Amino acid sequence: MATFDNPFDPRLRLRSRGCSCGAHASQSDHDASVSGGEEQARRVVEGAVVRALFPEDATRRAFLKAVGVPAAMAAISQFFPLVTATEAFAQTGKPEKTDLKVGFIPITCATPIIMGAPMGFYSKQGLNVEVVKTAGWAVIRDKTMNKEYDAAHMLSPMPLAISLGLGANPQPYTLSAIENVNGQAITLAMKHKDKRNPKDWKGFKLAVPFDYSMHNYLLRYYLAEAGLDPDTDVQIRSVPPPEMVANLRADNIDGFLAPDPVNQRAVYDGVGFIHILSKELWDGHPCCAFAASREFVTTMPNTYAALLRAIMEATAFARKAENRKQIAEAIAPANYLNQPLTVVEQVLTGTFADGLGNIVRQPDRIDFDPFPWESFAVWILTQMKRWGQLKGDVDYQAVAKQVFLATDAAKLMKDAGLTPPTATTKSFSVMGKPFDPAKPEDYVKSFAIKRI
Amino acid sequence: MRLSIGARASVLSAVILVVFLLAWHIAVRGTTTGGPAMDPEYAKLMGLTATQGKSAMPGPLDVGAKLIEHARRPFYDNGPNDKGIGIQLGWSILRVAAGYGLAVLLAIPLGFLIGMSPMVSRALDPFIQILKPVSPLAWMPLALYTIKDSGASAIFVIFICSVWPMLVNTAFGVASVRKEWLNVARTLEVGPWRRAFTVILPAAAPTILTGMRISIGIAWLVIVAAEMLVGGTGIGYFVWNEWNNLSITNVITAILVIGLVGMLLDQMLARAARAVTFPE
Repeated sequence: MATFDNPFDPRLRLRSRGCSCGAHASQSDHDASVSGGEEQARRVVEGAVVRALFPEDATRRAFLKAVGVPAAMAAISQFFPLVTATEAFAQTGKPEKTDLKVGFIPITCATPIIMGAPMGFYSKQGLNVEVVKTAGWAVIRDKTMNKEYDAAHMLSPMPLAISLGLGANPQPYTLSAIENVNGQAITLAMKHKDKRNPKDWKGFKLAVPFDYSMHNYLLRYYLAEAGLDPDTDVQIRSVPPPEMVANLRADNIDGFLAPDPVNQRAVYDGVGFIHILSKELWDGHPCCAFAASREFVTTMPNTYAALLRAIMEATAFARKAENRKQIAEAIAPANYLNQPLTVVEQVLTGTFADGLGNIVRQPDRIDFDPFPWESFAVWILTQMKRWGQLKGDVDYQAVAKQVFLATDAAKLMKDAGLTPPTATTKSFSVMGKPFDPAKPEDYVKSFAIKRI
Repeated sequence: MRLSIGARASVLSAVILVVFLLAWHIAVRGTTTGGPAMDPEYAKLMGLTATQGKSAMPGPLDVGAKLIEHARRPFYDNGPNDKGIGIQLGWSILRVAAGYGLAVLLAIPLGFLIGMSPMVSRALDPFIQILKPVSPLAWMPLALYTIKDSGASAIFVIFICSVWPMLVNTAFGVASVRKEWLNVARTLEVGPWRRAFTVILPAAAPTILTGMRISIGIAWLVIVAAEMLVGGTGIGYFVWNEWNNLSITNVITAILVIGLVGMLLDQMLARAARAVTFPE
């Protein structure tokens, strides 16, 4: 099921070949021919909510069949002002403020945010957005909290961390959209080209961009699966992406799990090779996000809606493989990523040199999907807990439970002769280990290497 | 005929420069063999460093060409994140002027007060001694957090780092005005204001200006670090942006330009210092 589908359509499968009407090769082709911007926006909102509640296909279909679509919508609306949210998206009211500043870090994860400026996605919404390159995650966090930026590109765990008050003062933050999925990689220095097994990495000095990043959690996960304790067997440092290649060249670090174009740049300069793409650890993992303070969202709903519409449309455009070369040309110049065109192109098209003399073709090396899955958030929280960044309890499941209770879904499903799910089952697996968003506590406890 | 010392020094400078440039040029020359043969399709995806064995370090010719390129169009503006080196320098100088100006406004009157009163001097001494050695980068997170504006934070950091040498030097200059002169002023029944402006200030001026000269050097050092942190505009941001692109050529160019501007600022204050020195 693609992001822009109608989530209330019980016939739809989560991952289908072809589209819901059957006339198109894929759901995105279908969407391209059917829906305009507003319809698309409405579906994104509804989809976000419905999928957050029912991460599993069968459950969602059963639920919708059992209670009927209008009842389901009404029930969900009690907890999520779906209509309001949808209206906010589709609203064409005059933005309260048209001159906006959006901060970004020069990496390909920010593609939709960056390309919105040179490719006119912002101006189409009547906004005059200045995208400002920023030196690091801590600075982008502070500048957004200081309201110098109206919205910003962040690592997806950051809005959670900010809202929880980890490494910052708590401030209600909203993660409006995920920018990209996949698109990261572990790069090692050339001298380690024979140490392809992480078990041999004892004593390595590895870098990640930030403590509260998917990179940190994925690298820790990867190492722990190989039996290494990420806190004692190796050294993990927080290094800003631009400094990573320089440090790798200077032999200061042995490798890094970093966002692109850093990995490809290390290959381009002949200092490292791509050991493994992050999509091989967890295909479809989220990475960066588009975030704004709750205050901005509530005080300037029209502006926020216009901004988000621009990001959604840019993301939908970036999804299509045929547009990727054009995007690479738009975002490679000094004003944006400031990288050689071929590096950006290799990242976005997925046809790239791996640094060991092979040309690899992985069209989904990076992909763009704006949907903020709630189960992603749950996974991130479990990892924060696992590595001791988060102490205490978080009620991950409250919302889903409320909806089930409100519709009395279990009873209705039984009446309809269906077996109500006792729990939502896995929605994805990381390195082959399934993750059940319904049992985050058990998941955390199931790891051998942890800090709790 | 023997050349004067000045002329001989210039010749030596030129020789050092030529030797340095030559050594640099030879040291970074690429190996023409280019290592193992590469699949041409693969080579297309790689950079020159990897394919031709070209050193990652640029030679003096590359840097020279870059300098000329920047000198040709110093004020271009390709959007918020890509501006000419002239505009970036302008921003940095503006920030330094603001931070440094504020520091002068505070440090000189306060230094006077400290210098004239041994009691105040002793009372403030521990604070000055503790705050003086703090690095600008340590101030930055605190400034960002409290001031909540990155531009003002950069100016604050320049202010806080350049205030100490001026303060200490002013106090020292004022405190060490010769007792005889003060006594003469006293016998002539000169009022305190007149005494401060006509006796102490001229006597302490050389020391004060030395402090100001040290401070401007520090302010210029700090601006690069501060702008690398907060980004946006300025020569520090330029260095960071080019580092991001691993363009060592541009970084070296920026180093040269930063050095040049720093020297000009220093020379300006050296001139001023010479203007107020007096023979005893």
